[in-house]
Amino acid sequence: MQERVVIAGIGNTDFGKLEGRSTISMNVEAVRKALQDAGIEKSSVDGLFVKFPTSSWEMMYGQKLAESLGIVPRIGGVWDQGGAANSSMIGYAYMAIEAGQCEVAVVCFADNPKTGSRNAYERAWGDDDVYGWFGTPSGYAMIARRHMQEFGTQSSQLGAIAVACRRHGAANPKAQLRKPLTIEEYQESRLIVAPLKRDDCCLVSDGGAAVVLMSASKAKELGVKKPVPVLGFGQGQTSWEVAQRPTLTSTAAAVSAQTAFKMAGLKPKDIDVAQLYDCFTIVPLMTLEDYGFCKKGEGGHFVEAGRVEIGGDLPINTAGGLLSETGMPGMQLVIEGVRQMRGEANLQVPGAKKCIISNQGGIMHTHSTLILGQ
Amino acid sequence: MDTTEIPLPRVTPLTAPYWESLKKGVLSYQCCGHCKHAFLPPRTECPSCLQDNLSWKAASGKAKLISWVVFHIAYHKAFENKVPYNVAVVELEEGPRLISNVIRIQDAENLQIDQPLRLVIEQEGEFKVPRFEPNDAH
Repeated sequence: MQERVVIAGIGNTDFGKLEGRSTISMNVEAVRKALQDAGIEKSSVDGLFVKFPTSSWEMMYGQKLAESLGIVPRIGGVWDQGGAANSSMIGYAYMAIEAGQCEVAVVCFADNPKTGSRNAYERAWGDDDVYGWFGTPSGYAMIARRHMQEFGTQSSQLGAIAVACRRHGAANPKAQLRKPLTIEEYQESRLIVAPLKRDDCCLVSDGGAAVVLMSASKAKELGVKKPVPVLGFGQGQTSWEVAQRPTLTSTAAAVSAQTAFKMAGLKPKDIDVAQLYDCFTIVPLMTLEDYGFCKKGEGGHFVEAGRVEIGGDLPINTAGGLLSETGMPGMQLVIEGVRQMRGEANLQVPGAKKCIISNQGGIMHTHSTLILGQ
Repeated sequence: MDTTEIPLPRVTPLTAPYWESLKKGVLSYQCCGHCKHAFLPPRTECPSCLQDNLSWKAASGKAKLISWVVFHIAYHKAFENKVPYNVAVVELEEGPRLISNVIRIQDAENLQIDQPLRLVIEQEGEFKVPRFEPNDAH
């Protein structure tokens, strides 16, 4: 294996309601902070990988951002995989660095669905609107229902994930939602698209986040103080629409994790902490199964009794995840993974050496995995 | 009374045979002349063998319930007076799957995955749309 690529810097804006901020402005702030965190100048950046703002697609967005950053990257562009893109772009940046296409890559994302348009999450799905088939929660609810009936997964087990993420978010001074949740409050929260309740659904948030990548030797040369190695990454694509998907209860998260674990030379038992994409509670539950932390159908049992809370066997989403820190699609999970591996997380898992991160997009159409570690 | 109308299908040359067939009381699906793969929604090439020799076949109307949800919020004005309402993924016995509604039931929360369903074609605006009822409905 060739030299390791590291995450050298992380940065983000505040999360929540950022009235009047453009996505370019939030991206620039996040990149400025990530470069500052890495302790490097923008002139060394020669790769720029961007996930376009989910709520408004724009041609040549990567170039508009590069202009606002005042940089002329050798390689870069905009990547579309929905919520899997941020983690995937870190993999592409890794490969670009390894192949000599760039030396210092910035990966970033910003969006403003909270104060801007939420249409991307509420639209109809083609002609099926005649049946009342709308929005994003419904697709996940369709998967959750099948999982609940096929494997006996309980509402209280989905609730255990919400309770864990809200507990972690409540402890995070930067989180958008800092109100802890009891399982009783979860059970009483109103149904949105049954079987999913309000507290199964992630936040809607404005914000931006960025990471800087480079080789370990480049990090040494530039005096980066806290590099965190990327040990493995992988992707998987389920592709089919929910209605056409041959099986609803497992996804290409399994393929994605296999690729990442193989690259890292690790197994689920080696992982100390996980940051799992939690746009809806059913997602981390199925991700734990597909990643091999438990058998298919046992995810509900796995998350019970505080096992995924801080102090449990496998703490997840230690800054609150999409359910509590920010609804941003994925980059906040990478940033929290880096903080855990640096040993400077707000809810630090003592002695944590290996962190797995999942990002996913569409209605579990795309999946991407990262393994960070020391 | 809210008179907002339910959004109706935007018929294209590709989907026209599907909706025309329903008007005649037949739910149809596409079948590949090359590999016999049966599917919906309509396409120009078979997603299994990629050939373009496709024809329409009539579905028997026998189906099963893959999964379903119950909307408690409305994303469109026309559904505000319909909540709570269900939307289901249904698999025809010939293989194709589609989004639809389960009708003639008391409480959607009592449905079961894989339970048998049968086709009921209903009027919606100037369209006929395929919906499904439990096999034991009367």
